[in-house]
Amino acid sequence: MSLSHAEPGFAAPLALLDTRVRMETPEGIDLILRPAGLLSRSIAFGIDLMIRGVLLGALFFVLGTLGDFGTGLFMLALFLGTWGYMVLFEVLHQGRTPGKQIMGLRVIHDDGTPIGWSASVLRNLLRFVDMLPFGYCVGAFTCLQHPLFKRLGDLAAGTLVIYRDLPPQRPALAEVTAINPPLPLLLAEQRAVQAFAERHATLSPARAQELAAIVTQPLQLSTSPDPHYPVQQLNGIARSLAGSS
Amino acid sequence: MKQSLFEQRHAENWQRFSTRLETLEGSRRKSGSGAGFSREYRQICQHLALAIDRGYASHLVEQLQQLAMRGHQQLYRHRSQFTAQLLSFVLADFPRLVRAEWRWVALAGLLFFGSLTLMALLVYGYPDLVYSVVSPADVAEMHAMYEPAARRIGQTAERASSTDWLMFGYYVMHNVGIAFQTFASGLLFGVGSLFFLFFNGLMIGAGAGHLTDAGMGATFWPFVVGHSAFELTGIMLAGAAGLKLGWALVAPGRLRRGEALRRAAQISVRLIGGVMMFLLIAAFIEAYWSSMSWPAATAKYLVGASLWLLVGAYLTLAGRTPHAPD
Repeated sequence: MSLSHAEPGFAAPLALLDTRVRMETPEGIDLILRPAGLLSRSIAFGIDLMIRGVLLGALFFVLGTLGDFGTGLFMLALFLGTWGYMVLFEVLHQGRTPGKQIMGLRVIHDDGTPIGWSASVLRNLLRFVDMLPFGYCVGAFTCLQHPLFKRLGDLAAGTLVIYRDLPPQRPALAEVTAINPPLPLLLAEQRAVQAFAERHATLSPARAQELAAIVTQPLQLSTSPDPHYPVQQLNGIARSLAGSS
Repeated sequence: MKQSLFEQRHAENWQRFSTRLETLEGSRRKSGSGAGFSREYRQICQHLALAIDRGYASHLVEQLQQLAMRGHQQLYRHRSQFTAQLLSFVLADFPRLVRAEWRWVALAGLLFFGSLTLMALLVYGYPDLVYSVVSPADVAEMHAMYEPAARRIGQTAERASSTDWLMFGYYVMHNVGIAFQTFASGLLFGVGSLFFLFFNGLMIGAGAGHLTDAGMGATFWPFVVGHSAFELTGIMLAGAAGLKLGWALVAPGRLRRGEALRRAAQISVRLIGGVMMFLLIAAFIEAYWSSMSWPAATAKYLVGASLWLLVGAYLTLAGRTPHAPD
């Protein structure tokens, strides 16, 4: 498997302009991953810290009533909370601690596969170095330096924190009559026309007209004094590309 | 084929695959939803490739991409045959690993036990030297812990078992913390591990030398001889793992630094697994055996010596011949 920054491959859909990475799998398809940046990760960590603090605080009062035995148990719980909380959640809960769950993040291996024990233990043990000299300075610095926002622990363990995808909304295409494209379109052109039709509801009319006017000439569309006419035509072509439904 | 026809024809399959993914994502328990999974996953992959190749609209491509991504996560799920792996790790893999990394283990051992022995001898010879590494308050605390008078109190009233629990928790927290520090700081080009190995060696050596010199050896040595076999070895191995990590950064060889680090880390983390095992055993012995005051000092020395022999034999001999669980 290879991780690459928007390599122009065969029939590559779109060159990726943002921080997304395309990863090829043995199945011959590309997965698109969106690495998570410093801020959302810090907030997720903060939430996890709070959860642990509250739980351990409550446990402290409950076990405190049991005397020395309770204190011993509390120390074991503290140990588990400090070193085990992240690992257990990451491995047993699909790469998500509660904080990451809330922030919509998850941890995976570099190659896109779900995280396993050794990588999780490693990235969480090495947290100790990322925390140096205070307040995650080293971790924040490496995170900001790295194109995939990895801290040192991630580098050593070969892991990646990504956003979980939200289910895509189905965009409503404009209700226009389908028009056959006047000339055969290349794949990229076809995608561009479709993308325009999908997004045109979110564009202001002036902007939509401006964009549509650009392609009137190259696509050899029929012209009309109505400024909205090219927009309708593009929508029509998109509809014909999608097929009637 | 037009996009809408393609969608019409397969939407049902996609919906079914999506529902199945939800069940799989929801729980790790065995369920019927695994049957035929890979066939459906392959089909999704094929549909995705077709959709991209035919230039279908991006919302459709994106939907298929997400299905493929989620399917990928489930198909390549981390498989854990935990018990079998643990057994083979304890019985053979860990000692083998330690022997394979003998260079780092030897270096860490030399640093740790070397500084420990040297400092103990120095402090024994020149008692005032103890104050150069240990603060007077800590020295006083050490005295309180190993005061021979405490032995007499200990003999009349055994420590309550609840206190053993307290100490077990404390030892786990404290010792494992030290070992993890020693390991993790190896990421700073090995300097951290070097420092912690050396520093801990000095501190422990100074304590041992001072207490022996102050006439408390009779309480100190029987107490530490048992668990030290696992505890000190554990810290040494944690240091070795850290040094390996650091060396990958200092001299990555023909690999890029990141790659060299990743490979070294994969080995080190297994060493750390063994270290945790050692330290848990050490904490257990320290809390429940070492603290007992009724066994005679001779018995404690005998048990201590056999534990040291056991650790040595385990690390040098275990797993030399392949066994069934491997």
